[in-house]
Amino acid sequence: MNTVTIGGKAGDGIKAAGKLFARILNELGYYIFLLDDYPSLITGGHNFNRISFDKKEIFSHYVETDVLVALDDKTIKKHSKELKKEGFIVFDSNSIKYSKGLGIPALDFVKKVGGVRIMRNVALLGAISFVLGIDFKVVKKVLERTYPTAAQKNVAIAKLGYTFAKENTKQVMSLKKVGKPRELMSGNTAIAYGAVKSGLNNYIAYPMTPATSILHYLAKNSDKFKIKVVQPENEISVINMALGSAYAGAKTMIGTSGGGFALMNEALSLAGMSETPIVIAEIQRPGPSTGVPTYTSQADLNFVLNAGHGEFPKIVVAPGTNEQAFYKSAEALYLAWKYQTPVVILGDKHLGESLRTIKINEKKAKKAMAKLSKGGKNYKRYSITKDGISPIAFPGRRNTIVKSSSYEHDEFGITTEEPEVIKKMQDKRLRKIKFIEKEVEKLEAVKIYGKGENIIVTWGSSIGAVLEAAKNLKNVKIVQIIYFMPFPKKKVLKHLKGAKKIVCVEANATGQLANLVKLHIGIEIKNKILKYDSREFDPTDLFRKFKRWLK
Amino acid sequence: MNLNTNAEITWCPGCGNFGILIAIKNAINELIGEGIKKENMVIASGIGCHAKIVDYVNVNSFYSIHGRVPPTLTGMKLANKKLVAIGFAGDGDMYDEGISHLIHAAKRNTDITMIIHDNRVFALTTGQFTATSPKGFKGKSTPKGSIENPINPIKLMLAAGATFVARGYAGKPDHLKELIKKAVRHKGFSFVEVLQPCVTFNNTYQEYNRKVYDLNAEGHDTSSFELAMKKANEWKEKIPIGVFYETQKQVFEENY
Repeated sequence: MNTVTIGGKAGDGIKAAGKLFARILNELGYYIFLLDDYPSLITGGHNFNRISFDKKEIFSHYVETDVLVALDDKTIKKHSKELKKEGFIVFDSNSIKYSKGLGIPALDFVKKVGGVRIMRNVALLGAISFVLGIDFKVVKKVLERTYPTAAQKNVAIAKLGYTFAKENTKQVMSLKKVGKPRELMSGNTAIAYGAVKSGLNNYIAYPMTPATSILHYLAKNSDKFKIKVVQPENEISVINMALGSAYAGAKTMIGTSGGGFALMNEALSLAGMSETPIVIAEIQRPGPSTGVPTYTSQADLNFVLNAGHGEFPKIVVAPGTNEQAFYKSAEALYLAWKYQTPVVILGDKHLGESLRTIKINEKKAKKAMAKLSKGGKNYKRYSITKDGISPIAFPGRRNTIVKSSSYEHDEFGITTEEPEVIKKMQDKRLRKIKFIEKEVEKLEAVKIYGKGENIIVTWGSSIGAVLEAAKNLKNVKIVQIIYFMPFPKKKVLKHLKGAKKIVCVEANATGQLANLVKLHIGIEIKNKILKYDSREFDPTDLFRKFKRWLK
Repeated sequence: MNLNTNAEITWCPGCGNFGILIAIKNAINELIGEGIKKENMVIASGIGCHAKIVDYVNVNSFYSIHGRVPPTLTGMKLANKKLVAIGFAGDGDMYDEGISHLIHAAKRNTDITMIIHDNRVFALTTGQFTATSPKGFKGKSTPKGSIENPINPIKLMLAAGATFVARGYAGKPDHLKELIKKAVRHKGFSFVEVLQPCVTFNNTYQEYNRKVYDLNAEGHDTSSFELAMKKANEWKEKIPIGVFYETQKQVFEENY
């Protein structure tokens, strides 16, 4: 396992360089995890990408760095302490004065071929490709594929960097081809793609970091996926538009972060009452309030579980890896339409925006389908049934009138204030919960890794660092909870009962998962490893903490 | 076609909503007679006295929440362009709670019709001032009289880019029916402001009966934005009803 960290100012093309380097490694057959760290600004500040890679599957980035690539001073100041003993620095000597490592006159090279300043990143990429022992042909191939219209200049700049490094330093690694290229995907893209494969028709969202990349990805690919993508005036409009869309028969998803989800709460309850299927991707960032917009957190769990006034069936699923994000997103659309109720996919910035190698079988994405009604003269949109699911018809069907309502209503959808009818309808809706519980039991609601008497409980994106950190621990079992509503009590109890030691790992300050475990199965987890500085867990640091816990 | 439902009508006797109910039922019936398929008709409402109307008309409906009818209808059109979408909202519903949605629906030029039951009072919450209540309005939350000036919905919608702007009167259901039909037939965002007396909290029948006149009967040029803006200022002595402005722009859903 090795790590390369690339840093500079916003506007220096850090993200592009990170992605390019990840693609080069991918071309060589490595497994990759790329962390994209950026502050909430457009130009300036400090951005970095951290790319960890291995011949085996990798679940997290590591802070400890083998090669640091610096486009500005700040990168060296901030990250040189993260270098391993034998670590190496490559920097732009036109903008930075530094005595160690390899200085590349990156700006000179850019000027030489008539490029623009942002292309400095490519000069440095060329240089580190030599340092890491990567065949230049691979670099060239990736550049040509990434910049089909500006390939020539980019390749020339990379070559200058590569040659300069060859003449001035030694190789520290020799990265040869170890396998075939694979797919790279962020968690947000996986959520979007999973929904598409499940049968998504419409995606509606208002921009909010860190959920916006779902909107960007689907908007860019809307023709290919044959979907409609809309950006309305605010989040309240988003969810109400989505409910109108679903009422008229379109499978619809929306996406936001905590603050936007707060605005959607009233209509979340409307979805429950009107039994309109909807999937909401809530990609967490640190709160309260505006919080830390471009960083990560797992502090909205309680909020999402308790969202929406009144009582109605709701499903909450929290994938932890990009693969889970794909399958669970499809599952979310499937469940929303099967049970005609809202489903929340709870993600976070770290899952959503980190790029990772992915292995998915698209055919295994669950297809969304509703129990349809043929309609007819006496069609009851809210017919009372054993499982609480009323066969659905959509406006446009002949001789059928479809009446949906936010008010308590009778089977036809007409407002009622009669106590007997109110109780019957509430029972009908809540009856769905029992059947959802049964179905979720059969799904991967809890994922178990390894065997042992000591248990690590975790959820969401924290699973990545936990899996890496626990690689060298003995007698440890990891329990990742994926479904939170309904809570998979039986499975969690089965795995936690009789444990020697239990520790809970999550990215919030109050131990929300640990509290839920106590609430649902009565087991109190006293050991908690909590992180709430808005940054992700680092496997190396987590490993030390696990060692202390196991002592 | 009988468009009644089994729902019991719970408006106050004499409520302006009855005039709007007659107008919409007749408009829908005639539109169906003229070839619009009944199964493609969808109505939606917000929350307030006006909103009960969806329970009283036997066509597809979505009884939405306060202020949110325009996005709800826009979503329906996204899913199925063939739907003929008519929304109802009150003045509190649309000019207070959901004003941003109304403005954006007009800006987008979604092919929907919004009918605003403007009784210039929050009635179902037993009488508070709304965005269109006159200055000095004495309600339960403003016992000394409201200190706020009302907004002018016609001007607001003209400024927002609505492509069909009209005003009707609940006391003239036949005229209102024709307006609704024109609004529904218009390709793009149609706005119909309806003067609606509230017999309990703001009885304006006498005032409206005295002041209202049909501006289209006087040869108003509906293609002129400037004239529409000018007419929108009339209120004190005479109140114009009819089509203020009509134009064509690209329709939102046609882009998808």
